[in-house]
Amino acid sequence: MLEILLEPFGYQFILRGMAAAVLVGALCGGIGVYIVLKRMAYIGHGLSHAVLGGAVVSFVMSFNFLVGATVWGFVCAQLITLTTKKRKIAYDAAIGVITTASFAVGIVLISRYKSFTRDFEAALFGNILGVTAGDLAAVAVVCGLAAAALFVAWKHFLFTTFDGEVAQFYGVPTGWVEAMFSLILAGTIVVSLQVLGVLLIAGATVIPPVSARMLTDSFPRMLLLSTAIGAGCGFLGIYLSYFVDVSSGATIVLVEAAVFAGALGVSNWPSRLRIWGARRVGRPAEDPGRAAAAQPVKTEGD
Amino acid sequence: MLHPLPHGHRSGAPLVEIAGLSCGYEKQRVLQGVDLQVLRGDFVGLLGPSGSGKTTLLRSMLGAVDVYEGEVLVDGMGVSRKRPRIGYVPQLETIDWNFPVTVREVVMMGRTMENRFFPWYRREEKRLADRMMERLGILQLGGRHIRELSGGQQQRAFLARALVSSPSLLLLDEPTSGVDVKTRDDVMHLLHDLNHEGVTIVITTHEINAVAVHLPWLALIVKSGDGTGRVLAEGPPSEVITAELLSQTYGADMPVIHYEGMPIVAESPHRYARPGGRGEDGAGGHSHSHA
Repeated sequence: MLEILLEPFGYQFILRGMAAAVLVGALCGGIGVYIVLKRMAYIGHGLSHAVLGGAVVSFVMSFNFLVGATVWGFVCAQLITLTTKKRKIAYDAAIGVITTASFAVGIVLISRYKSFTRDFEAALFGNILGVTAGDLAAVAVVCGLAAAALFVAWKHFLFTTFDGEVAQFYGVPTGWVEAMFSLILAGTIVVSLQVLGVLLIAGATVIPPVSARMLTDSFPRMLLLSTAIGAGCGFLGIYLSYFVDVSSGATIVLVEAAVFAGALGVSNWPSRLRIWGARRVGRPAEDPGRAAAAQPVKTEGD
Repeated sequence: MLHPLPHGHRSGAPLVEIAGLSCGYEKQRVLQGVDLQVLRGDFVGLLGPSGSGKTTLLRSMLGAVDVYEGEVLVDGMGVSRKRPRIGYVPQLETIDWNFPVTVREVVMMGRTMENRFFPWYRREEKRLADRMMERLGILQLGGRHIRELSGGQQQRAFLARALVSSPSLLLLDEPTSGVDVKTRDDVMHLLHDLNHEGVTIVITTHEINAVAVHLPWLALIVKSGDGTGRVLAEGPPSEVITAELLSQTYGADMPVIHYEGMPIVAESPHRYARPGGRGEDGAGGHSHSHA
């Protein structure tokens, strides 16, 4: 029995795939916290399509795919941010315009250059078992840079995500913070393509943070928990997909969905059974006075 | 009464100097030809109807508007060139109450740009935040999620965030909006205490009797015929809260009475008639007078 359970660890390509899935899961889980809190959950889905345009342009220009697609994704993310500076355009609309246009560039180029040899099915659905040592190194580098940036500038990221305009009033260079976020996001999307594919990246960037949000009211805890859920689901998804012989990217997302269902259930338990001081996540209070009336905390001053 | 009367004495060097300001957003003018000075140690209220440009005038001191003419100097520096140290407290309605942050995390945001290249806060910064939270009576709530606080406690949390940044000027956008009478009273007493300790404060408000008349200095913002706002008058409440000026500002009759030297706006009595003509003429219907 134990031999069967340990069987996947005997294959080099499985181990490499697992390492990539854990790193990508953690990366998507971590950056996903900012995506969800900025209320731009759709951006993972949109940018994963957008970088397809960058990938094709890189191929046509004989340019390095990783660098070309990352730069393309970064430019798209920045264009989305700049577009939303116009008060009349919301995030979801800007994402829809920029990313579909970018995706369309890719489609046009694919149909124009019939000599295309790249496997775009792998780009759409992921091919974890085809991860090379070079792919793994790229994932590790992006993970390291993202972790370093999010650690060093976490105060700036927190304030900018909580209230970007007021953060600006307090002198936070929100433009730089947004640019750094766009760069990390683009890098995350590009290195996640091989593992999860274009169609499943959105799940990996949204489900872990939303699950973590169900379990805690603290930002640092949410960040850690979301990263851990992403990494754990990456490992479990690959492991399970070995035995049931199905798409590894889809299995990872399904495991994350199961964790979300569990978190949703836990968040409805009585408070003494919940972990990390988690509380039920209610709708945003429209009227602070009314919210206060629901759960008043009395002090001498009040 | 919050502030000792009579108001009117005003001294000190100017901290905010607004001269000939025309500003707005994306080529749409909101304010036109505004002149205003805020002296060090002032407590100024910007009073006016909705849409007159109170918040825009406040935001002009933050450099957060498009300036078409004139200039805004804070501490002698143009806000478009260099951002001054200003503590800003936004309207509570604009806060995302579902965001996963505790009260302490919100307060510490005010120290983000101090010690900016280190990812952690220094011990003395944490002590400063503790002292400020204790001063405002929210120290024991530091680990609570911001949604769990009462309206007054939430206002104090964001006030603490502004104060830990050691600002030379404190700006509050409608600090008493959406809170109950007791909370409003607490917030205003707190602001007056801070002002008496030397903090220069500018707030926007649309509450005349409850807030504006208690402030030492008021600026009335009025909407002109072309849709832009301007400062109609400024001065102590005893000079600014007059039936004539309020009528020009709000476009309605607003009788002013005086109680112990303080102006109070008496609302005009209204008659609300039921549809169908009953009630107004007293012919068999009921009418309700609201004084």
